Amino acid sequence: MSSLNKTLEIKTSPHIARGVSTDMIMRNVVYALIPVSIFAVYAFGLSALLVLITAVVSCVLTEHLLCVLTHKQSTVGDWSITITGLLFGLTLPPNFPLWMVFFGGVIAVALGKFIFGGLGYNTFNPALVGRAVLQASFPVAITTWHPAFSTDRFSTIASSTLTFPFMEPVYDTVSGATPLSVMKFEHIAAKTSDLFMGLTTGSSGETSALLILLGGAYLVYRKMMNWRIPASIFLSVAILSGILHTINSQYPAPDFMLLSGGLMLGAVFMATDMVASPITPIGVWIYGALIGTMIVVIRVWGGLPEGVMYAILFANAFSPQIDNLIRPRVYGTSSRWSRT
Amino acid sequence: MKTFRHGIHPGDYKDLTRHIAIERMPFTDELVIPLSQHLGAPSRLLVKEGDKVYRGQIIGEPAGFVSIGQHAPVTGTVKAIEMRHHPSGKLVESVIISRDPYSPQTFYNEHAMEWESLTPGELISLIQHGGFVGLGGAAFPTHVKLSVPEGKKAKFLIINGVECEPYLTSDHRVMLEQFDDVFYGIRILEKVLGCERFYIGIENNKDDAIALLNKRIPADMNGEVVALQTKYPQGAEKMLIEAVLKREVPSGKLPIDVEVVVQNVGTIAGIGMMFRFGQPLIERVVTITGPGIEKPSNLLIPIGTKLADVLDYCGGLKENTRQVLFGGPMMGAPQVYMDVPIMKGTSGILCLTDEEVTIREEYPCIRCLRCVDACPVYLNPSRLGALAKTRDYEGMLGYHVMDCVECGSCSYVCPSNIPLVQRFRVAKALLREKQAKQRKAS
Repeated sequence: MSSLNKTLEIKTSPHIARGVSTDMIMRNVVYALIPVSIFAVYAFGLSALLVLITAVVSCVLTEHLLCVLTHKQSTVGDWSITITGLLFGLTLPPNFPLWMVFFGGVIAVALGKFIFGGLGYNTFNPALVGRAVLQASFPVAITTWHPAFSTDRFSTIASSTLTFPFMEPVYDTVSGATPLSVMKFEHIAAKTSDLFMGLTTGSSGETSALLILLGGAYLVYRKMMNWRIPASIFLSVAILSGILHTINSQYPAPDFMLLSGGLMLGAVFMATDMVASPITPIGVWIYGALIGTMIVVIRVWGGLPEGVMYAILFANAFSPQIDNLIRPRVYGTSSRWSRT
Repeated sequence: MKTFRHGIHPGDYKDLTRHIAIERMPFTDELVIPLSQHLGAPSRLLVKEGDKVYRGQIIGEPAGFVSIGQHAPVTGTVKAIEMRHHPSGKLVESVIISRDPYSPQTFYNEHAMEWESLTPGELISLIQHGGFVGLGGAAFPTHVKLSVPEGKKAKFLIINGVECEPYLTSDHRVMLEQFDDVFYGIRILEKVLGCERFYIGIENNKDDAIALLNKRIPADMNGEVVALQTKYPQGAEKMLIEAVLKREVPSGKLPIDVEVVVQNVGTIAGIGMMFRFGQPLIERVVTITGPGIEKPSNLLIPIGTKLADVLDYCGGLKENTRQVLFGGPMMGAPQVYMDVPIMKGTSGILCLTDEEVTIREEYPCIRCLRCVDACPVYLNPSRLGALAKTRDYEGMLGYHVMDCVECGSCSYVCPSNIPLVQRFRVAKALLREKQAKQRKAS
């Protein structure tokens, strides 16, 4: 009987699985970020390219070395660290000194991700942790913006980009002001269409709302992103800033609020970090509303023109508690707020 | 179209056997009848080595309320009574019968039963002694579900013709070819339960069965066929009740608490056949399917026939077969011993090849929500899985792990390939053990 000579597999059910795997999801997020990255290089030139490459390399290298040092199998292959690196690079000013980029990348991975236990355990979005440390350490460099579409952007590299390690950057051109700082300090709003198409100054990856939304739409279509998170952020920002704008037209209008600064990039690609956001639909709406509210509060009343990064980190810290409090109603039970 | 909330959409892969008519498999030389083919106490042995037995003769009687009768599936001799491999992986006391090669294999007791004059209690006893269990796979004794406790009422009878497991088509073929038995069985159960109305739940990937049964419902019967949107795990009792009646079985309670009794369509056909022809549960329809088998079929197989004989009859396994399962791909149990018998609860034999059996790398949970969106009882498998990893079983209790129906939808959708449902099975077993110990202590 030939059937007795088989090597049969013994494993637990179910015996079939869906094709989607974690590394595939992560790879698709990278795909969704490619148009944004290309546009960043197109708008800001060689300096932005160097920043992005340095960010990705520093993150991937740090993760790999930390795995080797702790005798673990390298987790670089799951692609999640590439997302972190790319996102981190996209949140930085295009003329940011490369040594600072590298330093921030190491921090993002070591303190933002690895120390918590790696993929799946990070409380905060690692890219934002890296950026927050840079913001605290180099407040001038991280708020000095290179103007977009300068004519020599593909032939020269900004002098600040190549700053010698541990030195303060020297800026050779007149720095551009972001629409948000112009709004904050001069109360002049940029044109909505410019903001949407990405014709303004800002961090490398945050200027083109259009491409960010396209990337997000692709991920939602592939069911690899929770659409409720950006939706709830947009909604809460629009409502809140709408109310404020109606009361006092000095406050920015909703369309400006939504399209300026890092809001689009943050709402679509950062706040949606699955690991650091709540798991239930209701919890996610609360999480998004919290981010939206914080963004408006910081932008309108805070000392800084921008608040997306802190808003997301703040909500990240709350998301485990949101999950503890908001639990889905279990089949056959009556209480939505079941706690034991 | 009606259905329950959440759930998953695996491919149904039923085309391999969907249109193949039921064929009777010839009697083999040696059959193995385990005394425990059901949930509950093993049956009490009534024969000894060397005894002559006739096809349909009772060889094991119920050893208590949650126990059933066992019957000889062939005429022959009791060759031995010994421990044999069981599809669950254990060794179980079994009756080995060698077939009498000269017997015509007619029934031991072939006549219709006079049942109109019997009381519900007498009918329940007949069904218990007839050896009936849920043929959908769980093998829970049928008569237990039919015994409605004092003070409760079974208003509705739901017949489960959902067959939501991919690949399997045995219930589908039974509905197409044995609908007379199905309706006859429903009459018996209506008499037992005194119910007001029956529903036959069928998923819309079985259009022909929906249409046929709709047409054939006898005019004097009060019931209907309910077409359901194809979705897994609709065949789970709780999900089927939700889909058909929009009622939720309260946590920790039974369908009877919402005035419902659910029975598998194959079980009903078997009961109908017993009252029509006197034949107890000695054979059943099994789907032998999958890319790993030479000749996919729907076979009527005497219970106790060995797996190797069935595979041989279907042309044998292909060279690249890697897995042989009893049941479907979502909840089926892998087999290693080829001498295990087909049992009452064996709805299918699925042979998967290298292509389907891939063991993928496990990643950490990335909290992607897929399991939360899939779970038909709205649990948070992601959190439960994390708690299971740290063996915080008490914590899992707080997240309602005991309400898990073990359908495996969470594991199926998990992109990190975490064996979630397996962890929950382990946790449930350990928690149940602990609760039993506490009950004993107090």
